[in-house]
Amino acid sequence: MRFVDEYRDADKARALSGQIAALCEPGRHYKFMEVCGGHTHTIYKHGLEDHLPETVELVHGPGCPVCVIPMGRVDDAIAIAREPDVILTSFGDMLRVPGGTGSFLEAKAEGADIRMVYSPLDALKIARENPGRRVVFMAIGFETTAPSTAVTVLRAASEGVSNFSVFCNHVTIIPAIKAILDSPDLRLDGFLGPGHVSTVIGCRPYEFIPSEYGKPLVCAGFEPLDLLQSVHMLLRQFAEGRCEVENQYTRVVPWDGNARALEAIARTMELRPHFEWRGLGFISHSALALREEFAAHDAEKVFDVPGVRVADPKACQCGEVLKGVIKPWECKVFGTACTPETPIGTCMVSSEGACAAYYNYGRFSRAALAESTMREGTRA
Amino acid sequence: MTTEQQVLDRIERARKRAPKVREERVTLAHGAGGKASQTLIDDVFVTAFRNPALDALGDGAVLDLGLGTGVPRLVMTTDSYVVSPVFFPGGDIGDLAVNGTVNDLAVSGARPMHLSAAFILEEGFPIGDLRRIAASMAAAAARAGVAIVTGDTKVVQRGKGDGCYITTAGVGLLDRPEALGVAEVRPGDAVLVSGPIGDHGVTVMLARGDLDLAADLESDTAPLHSIVAALRDAVPGAVRMMRDATRGGVATVLNEIARGAGAAVILDEAAVPVRPAVSGACELLGIDPLYVACEGRFVAVVAEDGAAEALAALRAHPQGADAAVVGRVADDPPGLVLLKTAFGGTRIVDVLVGDPLPRIC
Repeated sequence: MRFVDEYRDADKARALSGQIAALCEPGRHYKFMEVCGGHTHTIYKHGLEDHLPETVELVHGPGCPVCVIPMGRVDDAIAIAREPDVILTSFGDMLRVPGGTGSFLEAKAEGADIRMVYSPLDALKIARENPGRRVVFMAIGFETTAPSTAVTVLRAASEGVSNFSVFCNHVTIIPAIKAILDSPDLRLDGFLGPGHVSTVIGCRPYEFIPSEYGKPLVCAGFEPLDLLQSVHMLLRQFAEGRCEVENQYTRVVPWDGNARALEAIARTMELRPHFEWRGLGFISHSALALREEFAAHDAEKVFDVPGVRVADPKACQCGEVLKGVIKPWECKVFGTACTPETPIGTCMVSSEGACAAYYNYGRFSRAALAESTMREGTRA
Repeated sequence: MTTEQQVLDRIERARKRAPKVREERVTLAHGAGGKASQTLIDDVFVTAFRNPALDALGDGAVLDLGLGTGVPRLVMTTDSYVVSPVFFPGGDIGDLAVNGTVNDLAVSGARPMHLSAAFILEEGFPIGDLRRIAASMAAAAARAGVAIVTGDTKVVQRGKGDGCYITTAGVGLLDRPEALGVAEVRPGDAVLVSGPIGDHGVTVMLARGDLDLAADLESDTAPLHSIVAALRDAVPGAVRMMRDATRGGVATVLNEIARGAGAAVILDEAAVPVRPAVSGACELLGIDPLYVACEGRFVAVVAEDGAAEALAALRAHPQGADAAVVGRVADDPPGLVLLKTAFGGTRIVDVLVGDPLPRIC
């Protein structure tokens, strides 16, 4: 496949792997956070850690949009879905996320009309086709998906589709990174910056990270070679005594972001004073709500949203996982009470979640794998 | 401080726990062919119906009619088809219903003989479409050399169905001596697939029209009795087990093999045949082709010394030109499927929990 296979070349990976090992200072341990859930997914799906020296550790950050939605917002959405004549539309990976009283899939089985869509524009189409129903789009995601929600709201307003509204749960990445940087238990050496978010916001907003916190950030793409190259770029900064923001994902990410996308967000949405993040608690000015001008399309104004608050289960350590303080398997309930079939925390539900990725793809130690493949190889 | 080994042991214990349905109602995940489906089957149906023929949980049940040794045994299978849309590139619900049941018999080692067909039709469904489906079933049955010998028709009120559902059952004769099944699988065996994977699932996803994507793809729906016979004739006694890779895809079949045989399956990602259009669509949706349904492909485990001949026999058959050896059975780690990625890494391929759901970014 053009533009994909080029970034999955095992020979190039081996070459980069050698260069990475050569850059590592003997006796030093490097701990880098991949901010984005898409990165976590790529790392496990392709077995990327097999190409890294033991002294380079990747930890998972808060950038899985599904994982950071608090349970109460899921319950709120289900409450909306249970209102008469409502069709709730959602991206696929929200369907299994448990709220305090169940998931969208379970609410659907109980009779709520909940439908999976691939884009908010599909939700708007359902609204046009069902004038007698009230169609709500469960909007989630960082700046990556916010522009498409914004454009859909603008279109609904201009076309006068009065039965369409958005339950806005968009969050912004910078306050989350800042919360992690301000965390007293932080032990990080640098960041692999979120590529998709950066296609919208660009690289400039990260410049405070090296200047104020002394940590380098490389804005990274999502193919496995992108990530290896980004690790290489971070290590090169250490080797050369630099600490700055660099852009590995130049084929997609402009330094100053996408002005039209940012404008669409600014036109339709504004920062909320506070928003609760799963595992991270309340973070000021970290999420978006629709502007008053679009109240007619704001599900929080159209419906009587209960505003449920559900404390994260005590045993669940999603917060520490999202902050990179612990590895998923160090969580008390990982693999016992919390499995992909019986998820307690969202990190285990979403396929981008660190715990699900670790459980599904990587729960084997490298030593056991090496031994097993070696034995298999000798037999063949 | 917990060690990684303690966690691995913990996960293994979790994997071995008796399956239990925790939901209060059936959800779509219970029908998706993954862990939720298996849990429902084990916890509700196997628990209620337990008997020796069912306990093997194969594609078909081998029936001991008490006629003594040396007499061919009967294999019986049944399956329901609820595909939407009912017509899709490369096939329709009718030939799918015939081929699916023929294939369950063929991979069980039986020669397909007779089928039944039951229809649940929704009020308002066009008779013209039903004629088309019936004609397609008749053609598929003729191609597979089976007869549709009995059936049933029910009509439900408009809104209580999705146009047309078909349930087929089939019986076949087990007239070869060698035993087939996961219990026969041994470390060192080769794992083969009969052709490119995921064509059916991706074709149907695209035919639903929810995605503004188009691809030059057709469902792989086809009867497998002839290619299965060609394989078994080429390497008599060397075929350990076969299974068609329907819902849950190749990944689910391989996990059933690993778990059933108490062995590891080591899969080589670069060797798995996937058409570019399928891998492209899966890439866009964030879905792994290993979990996408096929309707005319099967996985075969063959003794190591028969693997080359088996592959040649599959490739010589018109349905198996792209067949491939995709992996090996190893003795360790038992019960797991490991994938050597094309990128040079290794990861686990687990059973899917529910439906393969597209990721948002």
